[in-house]
Amino acid sequence: MSQRPKVRLHVVTGKGGTGKSTVASALALALATAGRNVLLCEVEGRQGIARMFDVDPLPYEERRLTTGLPDAEGGRGVVHALHIDAESALLEYLAMYYRLGRAGRALDRFGVIEFATTIAPGVRDVLLTGKVYEAVQRNSRNKGAIQYDAVVLDAPPTGRITQFLNVSNELAGLAKVGPIRSQSDTMMTLFRSPRTAVHLVTVLEEMPVQETADGIAELRGADLPVGSVIVNQVRPRDLSPAALQAARAGTLDRAAIRTDLERAGLAGVDTLTEGLVAEAHDHAERRALEDSQRAVVERLGVPTCELPRLAGGIDLGALYELAGMLREQGMTGGPR
Amino acid sequence: MSTHRSRTRVGPGTAHRAGPLDVDALLADRTTQIVVCCGSGGVGKTTTSAALALRAAEQGRKVVVLTIDPARRLAQSMGIAELDNTPRPVADVDGTAGGSLDAMMLDMKRTFDEVVLSQASPEKAEQILANPFYIALSSSFAGTQEYMAMEKLGQIHREHVQGSGDYDLIIVDTPPSRSALDFLDAPERLSSFLDGRFVRLMLAPAKGPARLMTAGFSLITNALTKILGAQFLKDLQTFVAALDTVFGGFRQRAQKTYSLLQADGTAFLVVAAPEPDALREAAYFVERLSEDAMPLAGLIVNRASAVPVSDLSAEEAVAGAERLLVEDPDSLTAGLLRLHADRARLVEREGELRDRFATAHPQVATAVVPALAGDVHDLDGLRRVGDLLGEVTTDAEPESTQRR
Repeated sequence: MSQRPKVRLHVVTGKGGTGKSTVASALALALATAGRNVLLCEVEGRQGIARMFDVDPLPYEERRLTTGLPDAEGGRGVVHALHIDAESALLEYLAMYYRLGRAGRALDRFGVIEFATTIAPGVRDVLLTGKVYEAVQRNSRNKGAIQYDAVVLDAPPTGRITQFLNVSNELAGLAKVGPIRSQSDTMMTLFRSPRTAVHLVTVLEEMPVQETADGIAELRGADLPVGSVIVNQVRPRDLSPAALQAARAGTLDRAAIRTDLERAGLAGVDTLTEGLVAEAHDHAERRALEDSQRAVVERLGVPTCELPRLAGGIDLGALYELAGMLREQGMTGGPR
Repeated sequence: MSTHRSRTRVGPGTAHRAGPLDVDALLADRTTQIVVCCGSGGVGKTTTSAALALRAAEQGRKVVVLTIDPARRLAQSMGIAELDNTPRPVADVDGTAGGSLDAMMLDMKRTFDEVVLSQASPEKAEQILANPFYIALSSSFAGTQEYMAMEKLGQIHREHVQGSGDYDLIIVDTPPSRSALDFLDAPERLSSFLDGRFVRLMLAPAKGPARLMTAGFSLITNALTKILGAQFLKDLQTFVAALDTVFGGFRQRAQKTYSLLQADGTAFLVVAAPEPDALREAAYFVERLSEDAMPLAGLIVNRASAVPVSDLSAEEAVAGAERLLVEDPDSLTAGLLRLHADRARLVEREGELRDRFATAHPQVATAVVPALAGDVHDLDGLRRVGDLLGEVTTDAEPESTQRR
């Protein structure tokens, strides 16, 4: 799956509750190999990056966050973070392109900035994606800015992602001509190119998988490049297929389990055996449901990779662990 | 109340805890007219709303459930192919207790159109409906959905609960808002937008006291024209002018709906999953609801991991598994012990998260609903969820084993 050496912009979406922010963070760590600079952006005002990496809330400013996951030689790149909010993006945009010092302040005073970012439809998304575009495609106006090898966007959820990226469509009918229009067209060129990949995070349950399928269809309909499906929170695989089958059928060898437990020096083996068999049954049922959803995911015709459910929750160490798994599975352009 | 909570605590945790949430009592209480389910995305809000609605209906309430979810998940789970802006009866609901269930999917564009059509003269309405700003605002603006949900709730309450009496309980599923309580803020935001200085300037750029500001104003209109093109401003001006005349009664109605939410007949249920993000969001909801004096009935924690049948600790299980693996690397029993350890750790972590929430918000009654093995597709599935909601205790403690 050495699919994406060219990808500069990784957009990570997913249904709520599937862990898309976790996956976006892990992907940024995985991409930051020796000598590479990666930018991790968020646009939903949740300060999820700050919480995940246990740092102070992020401003509208690129901040060095941490070093990436070391490669085989121990080399590591740097992950930077940026929290994009529409108001700051608009002011920066005006300053960068129009030198609107005085008028920019007037806009703010007259409530235009607030209007444009909270009420004017579509404009908000264009401002957020515009800043992401600027980070990917640095130009001479932003002097001294870091050139990133990759940008990872913790994007809005699957249900909104196509609308979010389809900026020229959102502006259609509102701004028919003018620089905003042509800039949004330039942005679309990047978003539709092989330099962009939209990854969809899901869990192996029916509704998230269905939403992923719908999301892929929508993205394709809008000519937006689908990257991978990242299957998250996969249950542990401590039982063999044969054992799973026996657990479901209720034919696990209780006597053998009981003997094993005694040998392992555990107390109360009778109730323990019954407990473990009941738990195994429940687990096997859920694994079977996972398998049926995995088959659906495989039929989507998109590269997939899987991340386990971590019983201890997600801390910084866990993020690096997940980053390693993403790298092993080729999410960063071939194993390293 | 929750007397089985044996751990003693110090600090805020010693404050009186509200204990388990009695869902059935809430639904049976005839003074409950509106139940609003709120919470972040992916926590099973839609399923919870539908299950509550079905349970209430089969216990004798005349219920309408209003869902706003564009994924049409309720439609799937209730076996209705298409939900539209009109409540439709749900088939196969057990009506022996005298209740009934209708379901409705909010079509936000249509709701918005209806408001325009009911408020404006035909020509004016036509002008508004064709304006590109209106089209974008009514179909894609994030806050519109929230506002329209409240508009529709107000309308159904006026016409069907207070009016014809064909419903006595409305259950509302709120949109998975980007910021927690957009649906409370949306009316305020839209009306403050109409009151905003920019809008007033757009309406009367050269009149009265605004004249003082026109120098600044032409500066910004020039800037906007430069950036967005002249048509943009012209469309915007038309739109704002049209909206202003139409939404004369807008603020008033928004205020009414807001008061309706604050009234005794309303109950808010915050839905969450036992995950840090979802519970943080839930905490935010709880705080915001109490700030706005909204009647909070309690917290529902969905998708709780099933408590292990055996109380062997995770550490002991792992140690046992390792001993077995030394002798037999493929040991089945070792696999079982590791699964047990995994589950015990999950349950312990979830318990800690809930405990922390309860420590910070002791006044919030809580119901914990175990995760189902499969998705809910049909009324039977909803009934099972309803049963779980009805029988919950604050903690899915090991002794309460309703599982097989």
